[in-house]
Amino acid sequence: MRHSFSRILSLLLIVFITGACQRSRAGITVAGSTSVEPFAELLAEEYMSRNPASHIYVQGGGSTAGVEAAMAHAANIGMSSRSLLPKENSLFTLMIAKDAIAIIVNPKNPIHDLSMDQVRSVFSGKVNTWKELGGLPRPIVLVNREEGSGTRESFQKFVMEKEEISLDSLVQNTNGAIRQVVSNDPNAIGYLSLGLVNDQVKALKISGIEPDVANIESGKYALVRPFLFVLDGEPTGEVKVFLEFVLSPTAQKLLAKEGLVPVAKLSGDEPGR
Amino acid sequence: MATPARYLTQKIAKVLVWVGALSTIAVMLLILFKVLSEGLPSLGLRFFLASPKEMGREGGILPMIVGTAALTAVALIVATPLGIGTAIFLREYTREGRISRMIRFGTDCLAGVPSIIFGLFGFVFFVIYLKMGWSILSGGLTLAAMILPTIISTSEEAIKAIPEKYREVSYSLGGTKWQTVIHTILPSALPGIFTGIILSVGRSIGETAALVLTAGSSLLMPTSVFSPIRTLSVHFYILATEGISMKMAYETGAALILLVLFVNTIANWLLNRYVRHRS
Amino acid sequence: MKEKIIEKILLLVALSSILILALITFFIFEQGLPLISKVGPRAFILGERWVPSQGSYGILPMILSSFWVTFGALALSIPLGLACTIFLKEWSPPSAGLVLRPAIHLLAAIPSVIYGFWGLVVLVPLVRNYLGGPGLSILSGSVILGFMILPTIISISEDSLRALPPTYKEGALALGATHWQTIWRVLIPAARSGIVTSIVLGMGRAVGETMAMIMILGNSVKMPTSFLDSARTLTTNIGLEMAYASGDHRQALFATGIVLFVIIMLLNSLAIFLSRRRID
Repeated sequence: MRHSFSRILSLLLIVFITGACQRSRAGITVAGSTSVEPFAELLAEEYMSRNPASHIYVQGGGSTAGVEAAMAHAANIGMSSRSLLPKENSLFTLMIAKDAIAIIVNPKNPIHDLSMDQVRSVFSGKVNTWKELGGLPRPIVLVNREEGSGTRESFQKFVMEKEEISLDSLVQNTNGAIRQVVSNDPNAIGYLSLGLVNDQVKALKISGIEPDVANIESGKYALVRPFLFVLDGEPTGEVKVFLEFVLSPTAQKLLAKEGLVPVAKLSGDEPGR
Repeated sequence: MATPARYLTQKIAKVLVWVGALSTIAVMLLILFKVLSEGLPSLGLRFFLASPKEMGREGGILPMIVGTAALTAVALIVATPLGIGTAIFLREYTREGRISRMIRFGTDCLAGVPSIIFGLFGFVFFVIYLKMGWSILSGGLTLAAMILPTIISTSEEAIKAIPEKYREVSYSLGGTKWQTVIHTILPSALPGIFTGIILSVGRSIGETAALVLTAGSSLLMPTSVFSPIRTLSVHFYILATEGISMKMAYETGAALILLVLFVNTIANWLLNRYVRHRS
Repeated sequence: MKEKIIEKILLLVALSSILILALITFFIFEQGLPLISKVGPRAFILGERWVPSQGSYGILPMILSSFWVTFGALALSIPLGLACTIFLKEWSPPSAGLVLRPAIHLLAAIPSVIYGFWGLVVLVPLVRNYLGGPGLSILSGSVILGFMILPTIISISEDSLRALPPTYKEGALALGATHWQTIWRVLIPAARSGIVTSIVLGMGRAVGETMAMIMILGNSVKMPTSFLDSARTLTTNIGLEMAYASGDHRQALFATGIVLFVIIMLLNSLAIFLSRRRID
């Protein structure tokens, strides 16, 4: 009994020590916005399949937490789905793609176009039936992201401006969950990263402007936000290699396929501000 | 003579009770059936052995299984000695008094703390304060705190069931208390203790809230105890709510149910075979 | 000498559960209290608006919703639980018990996320299509929660019925009571404290449930006005926003945890008190 006990103890010690060593060799940690997260995971998956010895850990936590993590060196790369605040400007910033926010409704909903003012009055709770917008006499069910979400902050900033989103709205804590609710409920309306829109939901035109790549690049569709990778200082070593990969045509094509707007320059120069 | 009214009441009551009981069973079966029927057909060995691809849209759940196993192992390594030690102390080294009442109160309270509170605690204590980050270690230690009360109470029951004679024989042969414990009590109590461990394993597999906040949600195969992982329950929760793939969600759910049922059947069987027949 | 050392070590080990409890209490309070004092306890607990981006931290909607959902769950599980208990103990063939009891244990072990998932894909659409509202509602939550706490109520109530001396039942029947009268007027009242304990424990479990509730309650922060409304409990408030929160917002979530912790501790102490009394 005593022998096995000390054996267990030494095993634990070994596991602990190798664990600690592992951590310092661990690889790259990418943390931050949950909107950027799935795309970062895809990029990481692709990168790791080309470089089997590398390890890239992607985790969420929100844009603010990601920026803080980058500044504190808790993560190698921070992800942000909003532009940086003045106090965060000392960081090295790389825009990896542009993302639009789409206003989504259920495919069965006959409405396919709303003006920004109409969207605002719907989400503030001033308009509560679809009839008032020219649709069916049914109640409007609002679906919102939770407080602290970068997507919600962008929505608040671009669409709501000074007005408050109605407290009656349903709240879901991921983009995917919002899509789920809207696809299941014919009366629901929500907002979502354009890259995550699929045929289960319908993206509305805003004042006649369709949220597609052409309109985003030309600036006609205004609900656009940058997906950023931020670091403290110039990228070096493996991080630099990964960032170069992220801007490579292969990676950008991958992002474009998922619905993001690519930003790559094809001449292969240094990632810059 | 019995009046008709009383027997009428009884008839009505009997019907209500039968309806209540049967509808409960029916709903419970429905719940299991829904997930199993949609998930089982496509469940195959490759599901358990492959890694997820495309954020979980395809592939399998191997990293989740490995992660869940590692996390449960950490929890058991920490909680079992503490739990058995506490049970031994309560049953062999003290009489009912202030200290034992205090310990029992602490254990009972700990058993009632909701998992989200454990999650908050694990987050601020292990992840942040002790700088362990989101990892198997943080999750495992948090889980250890959660299963401790179960191990304490099942170990106590197992030790309590051992007849006094065993102890008397050991003492009469000149054994000290500790020797008695090690050589007589513990070996006899082992099946009961083991049952408690199995029950805790079942609980660990299903635990979600506390682990999201402490073990993280990485899809990758863990490489050390400091790696973040996504346990099976957490993976199922994410698949279910984000609509990434309903097919995957059902399969993962089916796997989860099977695992839990398997573990608990073993525990029940052990309970019946070794513990209940003692008296 | 060695024996003394071992005894001291075991004492320390035995104190571990109290130590952990103390640590949990300390850290939760340490993180959350500053915010409660900053906002003011009255404004926090009675405040009706939870809008962290504007610095509003009122958790009354969450407290009320926790209460509504738990009440709904109990309204379902107490009658069904009693029915199943009576069924198991008195009115089923003995062989049924051999199958049913392990079945109930098994059902108690099913993870809450599975219950939540079923609620999401089966119950929520039913409520939305036939009763109105978004379907993600207090009603859906109550039903699922009710089924989740059923095993707790059934097993503890059954234990307390079983612990009654057989003379209770025999005496009543000998006096000419029907089976049902015996159960309803004699046995159940005699086992009352055990049954109440099981209900209080079930309440504790209900108030503490998080994952299934996030999946099916809808999580809006409004004050609940109907069972078809979407709602947010104390637990889901924490679970929903914890991943992103920082600064005051994070402290407010810990503060929510404090309120939750206090409520649960009160419920559990009540249950412990009731069950200890029963043994004497």
